[in-house]
Amino acid sequence: MNVVVPFEGIGASVRRKEDLRFLSGRGQYTDDINRPGQTHAVILRSPHAHAEIKGIDIAAAKAMPGVLAIFTGADMAAENIGGLPCGWQIHSKDGSPMAEPPHPVLAVGKVRHVGDPVAVVIAETKQQARDAAEAIAVEYAVLPAAATMEQALAPGAPQIHEGAPGNLCYDWHIGDRAAQEAAFARAHKVITFETTNNRLVPNAMEPRSAIGEYDSTSGDYTLFTTSQNPHVIRLLMGAFVLHIPEARLRVVAPDVGGGFGSKIYHYAEEAIVTWAAGKVKRPIKWTADRTESFMSDAHGRDHITKAELAVDAQGKILGLKVHTHANMGAYLSTFAPCVPTYLYATLLAGVYTTPVIYAEVKAVFTNTVPVDAYRGAGRPEATYLLERLMDVAAKELGLDRVEFRRKNFIPPDAFPYQTPVALQYDSGNYHATLDACLEAADWKGFEARRAAAAKGKLRGIGISTYLEACGIAPSAVVGSLGARAGLYEVGTIRVHPTGSVTVLTGAHSHGQGHETTFAQLVADRLGVPVAQVDVVHGDTAKVPFGMGTYGSRSLAVGGSAMVKAMDKIIAKGKRIAAHLMEASVEDVEFDRGIFRVAGTDKSKTLADISLAAYVPHNYPIEELEPGLEETAFYDPKNFTYPGGCHVAEVEIDPETGKVEVVNFTAVDDVGRVINPMIVEGQVQGGVAQGIGQALLENAIYDQQGQLLSGSLMDYSMPRADDLPPVGVATHTTLCTHNPLGVKGCGEVGAIGSPPAVMNAVVDALRDYGVRHIEMPATPAKIWNIIHGGRRMAAE
Amino acid sequence: MYDFTYHKPSSVADAVKLLAADPDARPISGGMTLLPALKLRLNKPSAVVDLSGIAELRGIRREGSTIVIGAMTKHYEVATSPEIKSAIPALAAMAATIGDTQVRNRGTMGGSVANNDPSADYPAALLALGGTIQTDKRKISADDFFQGVFATALEMGELVTAIHIPVPEKAGYAKMRNPASRYSMAGVFVAKGPHGVRVAANGAGANGSFRVKEMEAALAANWSPEAVAGIKLDPFLMNGDIHGSAEYRAHLVTVMAKRAVAEAG
Repeated sequence: MNVVVPFEGIGASVRRKEDLRFLSGRGQYTDDINRPGQTHAVILRSPHAHAEIKGIDIAAAKAMPGVLAIFTGADMAAENIGGLPCGWQIHSKDGSPMAEPPHPVLAVGKVRHVGDPVAVVIAETKQQARDAAEAIAVEYAVLPAAATMEQALAPGAPQIHEGAPGNLCYDWHIGDRAAQEAAFARAHKVITFETTNNRLVPNAMEPRSAIGEYDSTSGDYTLFTTSQNPHVIRLLMGAFVLHIPEARLRVVAPDVGGGFGSKIYHYAEEAIVTWAAGKVKRPIKWTADRTESFMSDAHGRDHITKAELAVDAQGKILGLKVHTHANMGAYLSTFAPCVPTYLYATLLAGVYTTPVIYAEVKAVFTNTVPVDAYRGAGRPEATYLLERLMDVAAKELGLDRVEFRRKNFIPPDAFPYQTPVALQYDSGNYHATLDACLEAADWKGFEARRAAAAKGKLRGIGISTYLEACGIAPSAVVGSLGARAGLYEVGTIRVHPTGSVTVLTGAHSHGQGHETTFAQLVADRLGVPVAQVDVVHGDTAKVPFGMGTYGSRSLAVGGSAMVKAMDKIIAKGKRIAAHLMEASVEDVEFDRGIFRVAGTDKSKTLADISLAAYVPHNYPIEELEPGLEETAFYDPKNFTYPGGCHVAEVEIDPETGKVEVVNFTAVDDVGRVINPMIVEGQVQGGVAQGIGQALLENAIYDQQGQLLSGSLMDYSMPRADDLPPVGVATHTTLCTHNPLGVKGCGEVGAIGSPPAVMNAVVDALRDYGVRHIEMPATPAKIWNIIHGGRRMAAE
Repeated sequence: MYDFTYHKPSSVADAVKLLAADPDARPISGGMTLLPALKLRLNKPSAVVDLSGIAELRGIRREGSTIVIGAMTKHYEVATSPEIKSAIPALAAMAATIGDTQVRNRGTMGGSVANNDPSADYPAALLALGGTIQTDKRKISADDFFQGVFATALEMGELVTAIHIPVPEKAGYAKMRNPASRYSMAGVFVAKGPHGVRVAANGAGANGSFRVKEMEAALAANWSPEAVAGIKLDPFLMNGDIHGSAEYRAHLVTVMAKRAVAEAG
């Protein structure tokens, strides 16, 4: 009888192994974990954006029922606990290092944003901890706040940190200024453009949570946390904050319900529960409520930019000049400084042959929640700027927006392509993704659809041809640019005696479907069925090391480490097979689980080989160790460069200003696709967040530094009925420098879509003389424009 | 939330007694407003009197030309009731737009009416339909009952027990949702019935749901969307926030009124 084994290797839409667990409520998230003797922490946070702490009276709170301990910044300072470290150092134009003010775990002397942690109460129950936190009397002397970058940069602005005069973190630049000026001098036309990239609150479905635990018999600490990168947290918290050696500190990031970047960083609460667990000698759990998430999770985006594009008489771009202010918030979050620099300005060539680019970026401290990477991190800001600018320029030059783009594309035969802003693209075919997307979106048929739009509706179409950079690397290069970490990944392949496989990866899955995709890599290369592959991640006690998951790096970097480890398995397996089949190693071939002696009918399965390796009765023991387990560290040679084309079609109700995205088409080049279904899901999720940024989301602070959109009642998250059908297709050019040819798909949706949507909105309003509309295009804003409203119309 | 005593009486009389005995006790129906407030510790009642065990507060029935809806009737029940769908389809359709599936299966009409959230749907409907609110003590017309933002004619410890709505000749509702909360930014309910032509708006007014008298007059003379299309409301009487200015909301009331009339047919 023939058993039909479905193909599960590279290219198969294998159903996600993890979904049964997630969809049936059996995921194990941090807050689902309850440790014996567990206590609860509640953090008292600053209600003020900027204030001196004159005194903290904990006496009454400490006497309340169930209270085990209360700690303040002074208690941590007394034990020489370090501040939260920043993982990237930028140098300003003049060579000076960025201002890097202290970031105490619990505030010392001053609070700098609403939500800044001031004290922690540990109690038997969360209720008791909350009651006691309310009984802590903090005397504040409220200071004037600098809630916006404008306020922070104004002469005489409130000084947020002693070591950051004028609230400036750094004044950085990239590119050749003289060449840029020369190019502009011979320009036919210079198009200027100003825009704000709206500030976003990540809002992962699962709020952050942490459980600290201390074993007084061994001196071991354990931290369960909602993290995208447990080894990084162990490194940062152990080495810089709590001074615990790695061997005494285990960090576990179990199932995590969405991160989008916001769970990369080392947060105060992780250090607090771990340190305090050593004090109270009991496990301590902290879980954010949604209000806390809004005021303590790192926010995203928040740029103000002025750009100029120089173009010749034929419509070829001669140069680009960009000046950006980037909001850092009150403190430097773990990777904040690199986001508006090396993840932003280096992307300003996009898919175009712009020969010279000069970009200046000033990073600014404000009395707001720290800002750091959020899905796309820098690349959405660069893409939005470029792709809106391309539309504005095409219009002012009297050129068709598609042809203007096409005219300036990097041609498919120009790779590897060196941009004027450091990056060297390895592969891509922007004409191909553009053509495929125009075809799929029926760009040509749009005018007919516009004419047939629902009664009274204004219909528009918009395009974005984007490029991004994933799998940031190599370590030596990023180190020279200021990274204080390496950016490799680690994979272990453990072939068990009967041939099933456990994969240990330093990447972390928080919705991406790694348990399936990584198992497919093993199925493809080693011929082991997906059902017999277990993927282990998220535990420093199990996985040798890892840098985690962000920047769409898991497959390009983590998957490549697995391939390298599998290659070591195959090499060792060949030697074992050669011994068993009495052949020379050179004659042993391997293909999907079968070792064969070339030109004969002799063969052994991977299970035969692994059994021999673990039961080495007949084994080349003199020259080979038993066992079949290999680990590889993979440090990429370059970034990967996904790119593509997004087309959005919108209809606007002119009476209410409401924008509806009626159709969205994405054709992305994400390199080789392992699981098309998962790629489609990733792109759709990213597009949902991109539409959120374009039409709905906006973190708004008032002048006193209070977050007005501080709850889901006022912060507009995209919902299912805000989203159109999203057509997803891929067009592949292979990455040339990693063994899988993969590029990454996690962020393309969020990067490519906002300008496509906004270009469509502006197109829909073409009869209203609109040059630009700032995100989010809310109904009220659009209505103001249509009705020649007052101040808002000009935005 | 803070600790409180929990009561679950089985009759209105018992509930009223519990509330009378303790001025800091609060009644709870679906809890769609009180529960979040409790969770955020914005409210600290000594006791919560759960009305969900009181059978006499349930049910929808037709009494001649009036629909009577028990205060504990859920939005889902209003949306799907055959009596309401045939007598006042606009009210059933409106109930189907409240919150989401979960809210519609917890939240109650009486709770919404007693809370009088300026962005809630029902107050405008009752104002336009000329409804009457029955309490454990008396009957109050909607015009007298709704008294501004979260303010009603209810006295301390007085409970809404039922809502009486005369069956209209025609009625319609249209609203623009707040993009974040999905509550009404501006909603308008229009009705032509035994009390004449009445128009009421929610979400937009600085002082809560309100009747739009100039639209009522226009529609009485000419029941058509065009009749209200040119009527502009004074932005000074509207509410403005980060989601939209008072001018925008004033404009939306006109647009929604037009659409509500079209909806009513």
